[in-house]
Amino acid sequence: MSAPRTGASEGLLVCHECEAVTKRPAVAIARGLHDFECPRCGAALHARKPNSLARTWALVIAATICYVPANLYPIMAITSLGKTQADTILSGVFFLIHHDMWPLALVVFVASFVVPLAKIVSIVFLLVSVQIDSHWRPADRTRLYRITEAVGRWSLVDIYVVTILVALVKLGSLASVEARAGAVFFGAVVILTMLAAESFDPRLIWTPIDTAARESTPTRADAHPGASHVRTAPSS
Amino acid sequence: MLIPCHDCDLLVKEPPVAEGDTAVCPRCGALLRKRRRDSIERSLALTVAGVFLFVVASSFPFLTFDMQGNEVETTLASGSFDLFAQGQPAVGALVLLTTMVAPIARLSLMLYVLAPLHLGFRVRGMVPAFRWVGIASGWSMMEVFLIGVLVSLVKLADMADIIPGIAIWAFALLIPTLAAMSSVLDPQEVWDQLEAQP
Repeated sequence: MSAPRTGASEGLLVCHECEAVTKRPAVAIARGLHDFECPRCGAALHARKPNSLARTWALVIAATICYVPANLYPIMAITSLGKTQADTILSGVFFLIHHDMWPLALVVFVASFVVPLAKIVSIVFLLVSVQIDSHWRPADRTRLYRITEAVGRWSLVDIYVVTILVALVKLGSLASVEARAGAVFFGAVVILTMLAAESFDPRLIWTPIDTAARESTPTRADAHPGASHVRTAPSS
Repeated sequence: MLIPCHDCDLLVKEPPVAEGDTAVCPRCGALLRKRRRDSIERSLALTVAGVFLFVVASSFPFLTFDMQGNEVETTLASGSFDLFAQGQPAVGALVLLTTMVAPIARLSLMLYVLAPLHLGFRVRGMVPAFRWVGIASGWSMMEVFLIGVLVSLVKLADMADIIPGIAIWAFALLIPTLAAMSSVLDPQEVWDQLEAQP
């Protein structure tokens, strides 16, 4: 088997915004941070996202730090008939369980507690696996990356609940809801993990594998490129 | 044509993709190309429906809170402004961005690009506008907000009566409309048409 031909080995770059394919010019024109611009849409083009590992580490560490106060501090305080009760993310889940709203409790628990934690853990796992040049199940790691990127938004559910309650319950001392510090940290966790997933470059997972294949078998000029699979949609 | 996979960089020969089909990378499974029938016309139609529903959802009463005869009426955006008023500008800005600014940007930029393409003329800035559609879609989180509405209704059920307004029905219709809009949109088709200047 010959080494797989990749965009990097052939000097071809794919635009991450419009997916246009561009041949890397012989002399790259350095324009600030990026190599050059996509001729079709003007987005910055690079073989790999710039400083992907350092940026992702910085964002995921910041998210981990914010995760602690996000869960320890109350995200809101509900005042009803003179009594004030502060709710953290988890006490909100217990409230729903006590009211026998199991499905909703599960939704909130997964979206607000499990998803942010799982995102942090999987981004750290991906970063470490890339840094030790791991060859372990690259396709599964790429899939993990895509899931991590897709689920992040659902964590904002609790922020929206606070917002809706703040808007609705506005009767002064009779009944009112106030957002608390936990909400700020929790919002920060969601944003930071979203940005961390975006700054990670999944192609880095494949770099050690392609490099090893190229070192064992030099690329032949007539090597066949892989043909993409066509997935037929269920008839609609 | 040879294209590098955007997720694993493998050079892949793009096969002819039939309408309704999807091409994926053989090595990592990334979506490389999808083709949809009448993509521009259908996504334009859903965009127009989405604009109409968004206008209704954001301008009419959303939910009304009734506690012992005291009523509080809200609209879609009132929560984020109340957060600003409570001294929580960061949270307020995040909610405003994800439920108002990004959805408005997404719908209006889609309209700005697709309507001229469909009618066969060009306007300035269509290329950057379509780039921003992709960015705005990532930050538009209306479907998550809908789950937030459900959780809030349960939390308040013991405390007071909640009266749904016209806006909430428009909002509930807006969510599947936006999902269908992005499902029928074939971005490559739009880029190809933008590139083929008349």
